[in-house]
Amino acid sequence: METSQPHRPGDHVIEVTDLHRHYGAGSSRYHAVRGVDLTVGRGELFALLGTNGAGKTSTMELIEGLAAPTEGRVRVLGHDPYRERAAVRPRIGIMLQEGGFPGDLTVAETGRAWAGATSHARPLDEALELVDLRHRRDVRVKQLSGGERRRLDLAMALLGRPEVLFLDEPSTGLDPEARAAVWRLVRELRAQGTTVLLTTHYLEEAEELADRLAIMHGGRIVAAGTVAEVIAGRPSQISFELPEFAGASIPPLAGATVTADGRKVTVRTPHLQATLTELLGWADHQGIALGALDARSASLEQAFLAIAAEAAHQPPADSPATPPARRKLIGLAR
Amino acid sequence: MTTAVTTATATGPKSTSVRRLLALGRAEGILLLRNRTALFTAVLLPLFLIFGLQSVLAQQAETNPGLDVDSLLVNGAIGMVLAFVVYYNLTAAYVARRGELVLKRLRTGEARDLEILAGTAVPSVGLALVMCAVIGVVGATALDLTAPANPILLAVGLVLVVATLMALAAVSSAFTRTVESSGITTMPVLLLTQFGSGLFIPLEVMPERLADICRLLPTTPAFQLVRVGWFGTDGSAAPTGFAGTWATAAPHLVTGGIWLALAVWGAVRYFRWEPRR
Repeated sequence: METSQPHRPGDHVIEVTDLHRHYGAGSSRYHAVRGVDLTVGRGELFALLGTNGAGKTSTMELIEGLAAPTEGRVRVLGHDPYRERAAVRPRIGIMLQEGGFPGDLTVAETGRAWAGATSHARPLDEALELVDLRHRRDVRVKQLSGGERRRLDLAMALLGRPEVLFLDEPSTGLDPEARAAVWRLVRELRAQGTTVLLTTHYLEEAEELADRLAIMHGGRIVAAGTVAEVIAGRPSQISFELPEFAGASIPPLAGATVTADGRKVTVRTPHLQATLTELLGWADHQGIALGALDARSASLEQAFLAIAAEAAHQPPADSPATPPARRKLIGLAR
Repeated sequence: MTTAVTTATATGPKSTSVRRLLALGRAEGILLLRNRTALFTAVLLPLFLIFGLQSVLAQQAETNPGLDVDSLLVNGAIGMVLAFVVYYNLTAAYVARRGELVLKRLRTGEARDLEILAGTAVPSVGLALVMCAVIGVVGATALDLTAPANPILLAVGLVLVVATLMALAAVSSAFTRTVESSGITTMPVLLLTQFGSGLFIPLEVMPERLADICRLLPTTPAFQLVRVGWFGTDGSAAPTGFAGTWATAAPHLVTGGIWLALAVWGAVRYFRWEPRR
């Protein structure tokens, strides 16, 4: 993970206060976003994480200015992105989770049409070069692979050299190589001062790219901060297998919780080094070889799963058992 | 992927409404040329129908002596072209772009909603107006028709027809799931324009009561304005000159304006930017 770029406090490119979004009305009314607050500083890369249906895309759409919030306030570059779209749109780039281009146009024709609708567009070949699609400029969009279409989508989002870039699941549908390339590109853009707000359900993507992140669940932000901050306080984990007929039971380990499933043992501890030392000392003393020994610091993935599980146990009072079909289908389509 | 991000080279101009309309229109024009079905409906179908129209009008002239077949033919041909090329074609185009999520993607850019809809319509409307101009020139020379009695009214009528048909296309697309089914969903409006707006069957050969009802249909007033603008009459009285046409046109301007407003309201209310899930 890269070090955070210094940015002046108060120089917030994105400011979101108490954001709410409802869909539908009456009994089918669905409260997708339930009071989200977040700020993103200039040049910062902020990742919005969450399970499917957590409200990431709904939140993104409000910040992008594609819809008006039911309640709350959004400011992008100091403007209301919905009411003052003419002031905001030329300075931002958006890549939707699913958006399309006419299949019968070539890559170059698509790019020309977009350039005509984009202020201060960079040369098309430069934009295509960024996503390694220049060699495909005369190919019809319908003949591109899924990954190539995603990259074309990204190129169009970058066409106007945006100050703020919105990426909704940018690497979904990409092969590992293309994903790594997109990560490199996003890092480069950020290094040049582009502010990036991205959603992802790849935790390693957030870990790799984000200066700060927020985890959403049930329309709310349930944890936020740098990766280190979100992980902080989460226990490290040691796992191993006891040999048959170990003859000795595991001693109490200070501050740790031990769970055993047959011979498989999992230890969770806030003090990895101390607990591990204690455990290995005990094993050595007993002459026991611990099989499949694995010790790891808390990861974002563990933190995420734990946070999601905790949050799932306290569903918001007015939450319907399942979100309406529309939201669910989007989740399934991924 | 390379490090071309750093090379800050030339940038294009600021995006304006006109540039956006032209850019979107150009892309849509390429798509129209590459879509054989759409091209057929846009160019050949109206031509076939014009031949059909001619024989229908000739038949009606036998039972209605004094019917001005030539002017009705030109008026009907213009109406037919506008109905098929603008309304039918555009409905299919909106449905296709919506299905491909193109409209959804375009909305994230600088183009406003109306610019996206209008930009998509540029080639259809342009092609239709060119065809109308050809029909006008051919009509004027081959059929030896008079010059337009009131060119302003003619232009207002054409604008009203085009605007109403665009709005109706937006409404119809909302009730059309696939491009294939647009043939069915556009039927009501197409039948209404062909048979109820004085194109295939002149209003003056209809029974009085029926003609009065037809005059109130959505596209009738706009088509009647075109007719009044060129031929100085909507068929209910003898042709008049420039000054007299305003009085003839006034009721059509009112009803046509109301229908345009209703169609626009419907488009705003019902148009869908994304496919239904």
